[in-house]
Amino acid sequence: MTPSNSASDTATDSAPTGSRSALTSTSSTGSRALGAAALITVALGIVYGLIISPPDAKLGSTVRIIYLHVPTVLAAYLAFIITAVGSAMYLFKKTEFWDLLASSAAEIGVIFFAVTIIDGALWGKVTWGVFWRWEPRLTTSAVLLLMYIGYLAIRALPADPHTRATRSAIVGLVAVVNIPIVHKAVDWWRGIHQGQTVLGTVDPNMAGNQLFAMYMSMLAGILVFVWLLIHRFRVGYLTERTEDVALAEAIEARRLENVGHGG
Amino acid sequence: MIRDILLIAGKDLRIEGRSRIGVAQVLPFALLVLLLFAFALDPDRGVLQAATPGLFWVTVLFASVLALQRNFGIEAEDGIIDALRLSGIAPASIYLGKVLALIVQLAALELVLVAAVAVFYNTDFHGVPLLVAIAAATTVGIAATGSIYGALAARLRSRDTILPLLILPLLAPVLISATRGSEVALRGEAGTGWSWAALLGLFAGAYLVVGAVLFSPLLEDA
Repeated sequence: MTPSNSASDTATDSAPTGSRSALTSTSSTGSRALGAAALITVALGIVYGLIISPPDAKLGSTVRIIYLHVPTVLAAYLAFIITAVGSAMYLFKKTEFWDLLASSAAEIGVIFFAVTIIDGALWGKVTWGVFWRWEPRLTTSAVLLLMYIGYLAIRALPADPHTRATRSAIVGLVAVVNIPIVHKAVDWWRGIHQGQTVLGTVDPNMAGNQLFAMYMSMLAGILVFVWLLIHRFRVGYLTERTEDVALAEAIEARRLENVGHGG
Repeated sequence: MIRDILLIAGKDLRIEGRSRIGVAQVLPFALLVLLLFAFALDPDRGVLQAATPGLFWVTVLFASVLALQRNFGIEAEDGIIDALRLSGIAPASIYLGKVLALIVQLAALELVLVAAVAVFYNTDFHGVPLLVAIAAATTVGIAATGSIYGALAARLRSRDTILPLLILPLLAPVLISATRGSEVALRGEAGTGWSWAALLGLFAGAYLVVGAVLFSPLLEDA
């Protein structure tokens, strides 16, 4: 039904790092520069977020959790959009590049989303006295997280690369269509009861160093995400290659065995 | 195309008519869940009455997962999916046929459950037009999404565990909307309930399109 060597057929036109010799490492000049930029913005974000920016008038120092919360949720949504685009492009182009891009983004997105939910719950414990309230954003995040855990579960099932990529692409597309609907349903359900959320009221009041810390941490979040994405992509690419090599070697060994026994 | 859709739906319903897996297993399971909720939530304290819409739709969701596993399990065995592809029927028609067969089965299931809820949970029905609209949109939504993931999971060895993991988070907004809408309807204030029905309709419509488009790569490659 599906040729099992489809991955190696398409590999040549989607090689992420120029030459074969460069494949021994997942870093390149570009990604090192990006990594350095990410480190600098993270450091600036920490200094401004934790030290220089003033505590919030009402929320005190707990407001500082937002400098982690917003960047991670931003990067997670970016990741899920990339997963959707990669999934759609895979179904058109059927190249390994789009499959790896979609799955790498989904994996990092799930981690960032989990971090968002955990720091949101910690913030809730400090501010509301409870870890969890059925606050619209937390509720939406929980649903989306479970949806993308399903994507990773499909992804983890053993199959030949083309079949696995098609399956994941379908799940990636089905999931992204649901995001606005989940938002709407949860907003109507919970939004009626408590008006604007507390996290929502922080942003407009921000100014000066608080605002700078916010922008810096958002930039840091995106840079870290892109850096992770590049490396996850390259690791995924190399994993596929080692599987190809391992199979070729096994076949070769088997052939030699046959020759040894005289056929 | 209409003829093909009816052909596929007719085939599924004939299989169900002869095997009676739905009537003999899925339906009793759904009734059992309704009883279990009554055991878990004390019927004398009014909790059961207050929670009836939610419990009803949760029961429908659980029974739907079983119905899906059955409806697509029959295709997975003996290479029937390849036979379907060989039949020359367009993937979109196969998809809509499966959806139609599921809608008929789920609607029948819901009718029995409504009667069961009326008897066991002592429900007074108000706002019947809104309830019917919500039930119709919810049923189409479950069938539309369920047929995509049902077909996707059918050929996997771990299909019994992966299908609920995929489908239940996807149906979270459907459960929220169907439950809130039904609550509004049962209270006899139809006004705001129609926006829930509209959201359910949007969900169903969106996934019918997504399913019709995605079924071709799904049948061929997944």
